[in-house]
Amino acid sequence: MQHKHTLSVLVENKPGVLSRVTSLFARRGFNIDSLAVGVTEDPTLSRITIVVGGEDTSLEQVAKQLHKLINVIKIQDLDPHEMVDRELVLFKVNAPPDRRHEVIEIANVFRTKVVDVGKNTLTIEATGAGEKLAAMEDLLRAYGIKEVARTGRIALSRGLREGQAQG
Amino acid sequence: MKMTGAEALVRSLENAGVEVLFGYPGGVVLPIFDALYDATSIRQILVRHEQAAVHAADGYARVTGKPAAVLVTSGPGATNTVTGIANAYMDSIPMVVFTGQVATPVIGTDAFQESDITGITIPITKHNYLVKDAAELPEVIAEAFHIATTGRPGPVLVDVPADVGKREITYKWPETLNLPGYKPTFKGHAKMIKQAAQLISKARKPLLYAGGGVLSAGAWKELKELAELMQLPVVTTLMGKGAFPEDHHLFVGMPGMHGAKYTNYSITETDLLIAVGVRFDDRVTGKLAAFATKAKIIHIDVDPAEIGKNKAVDVPIVGDARYVLSEIVAELRKMNAEPRTDAWMRVIDDWRARYPLHYHHPDGVLMPQHVIERVRELTKDRPTVICTEVGQNQMWACQYTHIREPRTWVSSGGLGTMGFGLPAAIGAQLGRPGYLVVDIAGDGSIQMNSQEMATAAIEKLPVKVVILNNGYLGMVRQWQELFYDRRYSSSTLAQDCPDFVKLAEAYGWHGARVTEPGDVDAALTAAFAHDGPALIDFRVSREECVYPMVAPGGSIDEMLGGIPGGPVSEMLDGELLEEVWE
Ligand SMILES: Cc1ncc(C[n+]2csc(CCOP(=O)(O)OP(=O)(O)O)c2C)c(N)n1
Ligand SMILES: [Mg+2]
Repeated sequence: MQHKHTLSVLVENKPGVLSRVTSLFARRGFNIDSLAVGVTEDPTLSRITIVVGGEDTSLEQVAKQLHKLINVIKIQDLDPHEMVDRELVLFKVNAPPDRRHEVIEIANVFRTKVVDVGKNTLTIEATGAGEKLAAMEDLLRAYGIKEVARTGRIALSRGLREGQAQG
Repeated sequence: MKMTGAEALVRSLENAGVEVLFGYPGGVVLPIFDALYDATSIRQILVRHEQAAVHAADGYARVTGKPAAVLVTSGPGATNTVTGIANAYMDSIPMVVFTGQVATPVIGTDAFQESDITGITIPITKHNYLVKDAAELPEVIAEAFHIATTGRPGPVLVDVPADVGKREITYKWPETLNLPGYKPTFKGHAKMIKQAAQLISKARKPLLYAGGGVLSAGAWKELKELAELMQLPVVTTLMGKGAFPEDHHLFVGMPGMHGAKYTNYSITETDLLIAVGVRFDDRVTGKLAAFATKAKIIHIDVDPAEIGKNKAVDVPIVGDARYVLSEIVAELRKMNAEPRTDAWMRVIDDWRARYPLHYHHPDGVLMPQHVIERVRELTKDRPTVICTEVGQNQMWACQYTHIREPRTWVSSGGLGTMGFGLPAAIGAQLGRPGYLVVDIAGDGSIQMNSQEMATAAIEKLPVKVVILNNGYLGMVRQWQELFYDRRYSSSTLAQDCPDFVKLAEAYGWHGARVTEPGDVDAALTAAFAHDGPALIDFRVSREECVYPMVAPGGSIDEMLGGIPGGPVSEMLDGELLEEVWE
């Protein structure tokens, strides 16, 4: 079965660890859709969030191989229903003065921010989960998107609710 | 205590218990070699090529279970180790390879003899380090040896920049290690172990399938105990050869591409495959969809990534083979389980009698298999290590030697590295000084590391090289004969070039040539009796093939060559089989 997976990989915060992790995916024939990395609450640890698609069985094999890296401490294959995920995107959109207000309206509807105004462009900072950002991108396309930069998805598993046991 | 990084490195090797170091110097590692000059507890071997240093450490580890160290210079010295490291990684052999690196301020500038060896070896090491702070050396080295030797063993590389060796530090050997991401599972899951014992107690046609993991876990006693308790037949892979005595009545051979028919048939027919320290390699399984299809599978391995990788498993057990096997034995004892394999063994013995390993032996023709049989017979009463090169020589060695003692078989499995045998034999001889060490070689392979004849001569290591000289890259020629219409493209060597006897003599070895079957024994006896290294150039029948053979991608019970006999389904009509499975 093919699925998109969001892997949350806790690693030692040491030089070269990121390249060990990513090269493993490449070596085993996986294309990483998105990747985000940053230090955690513990400065000796980093969290790498990887979005990757592929056969469930071969992904399980990659996860097992990932576990074998000495610097990898923990791997979670996050359940899409039990995680919160966000991405930040910067859209630079064509917005000549006469259409500028339309673009600003879209930004407002999606509760995003205009962070730069040029002669003929606007740059919007948008944060959210995948679907929201995709919907917004769709609308903006009509005006002409000149450049996009994304942080990649970051995600955490949801906190325990009442009555849920620690698994 | 204050000392330089180089001195700290040497002191760390001593603290890690290293007895042998294989090395080759160069600019950036001179401080370390200088510190080694005074290290009397470490035997230092100067090889003639860095690849051979790694293979020698590999051979040493296979026969002793202990890791050796390798030390080479940066750039070409480091890149020359790559094949050796890949070989050790594929076969899960522990060792620590130290490479010199250019000084930290110039790393990343394409400095003279700079190569990114940690980048290059990420996929072929269990772990590697670039040490930028000399104070970390003792800790890194302690970790390196710990990682190399525990869990699923493997090579670890430590890259040491020139300035790190010169800096002064306060030496402190760490008492504990901080490896939060490294916790190999030792104990198998108790419930799974019970389940395995249950299945074993009920199986009518069980089969133990044992590999290199049994040797690296030191689990051969437990394997034998289990086999004998329940009278389980045992097959061992190329990597597992020696994990079970090959002259034992329960031993059923090596499975796979060049396995005996009776071995492969027993895999096809078994109802319970008990896989221990194996990885269902394609050279063993052939077509996966047709492999052991009638069996439930128990898979015991210390590496969780191996379980279910190629073949779905019914009872997965992650853990140390020795621990798990002894727990299974204890469980079976508790259950008062009784062997039920009498009929199954009769079937296997019947196959064994009908389809033995076999070769034609025309009068007066020197056959390669015969040479190996004579090596086997003439070393029967002498502690012996058999090493091999790669190709037909290796497969015949698998088929015709009877390894009876664990860790006395040294052969490149996963990578199939030509040129492995001689340097590995040198390492093996250092690890087992009292043993006769024989390298069964091909005329092609031996030329890939023949420069190590100098190392053996100078270090007084009396290894014996038995060349099965067919004047071909024989295994390549065999595939061309079978699958490429006998078009021998780039596979023909010349039996008389080089003159191997002269080559032996050039290095101060004993050298001899044999062309007649009648002279085999005398030549081997003389070489084995010689107190230095010896080489015999056996001019064997040139176009002999290794049989039986499973065509690449084929099902393992469909074999070419050997004695005719149908696939298992045909044979199962026999009365014996009816009697056995009602
Ligand atoms: C380093 C390396 N290069 C190429 C091969 C591919 N290969 C496998 S067997 C073989 C021929 C080996 O020839 P030889 O050593 O004479 O052994 P023989 O098969 O004749 O016994 C070759 C070229 C290999 N295994 N290793
Ligand atoms: Mg040959």
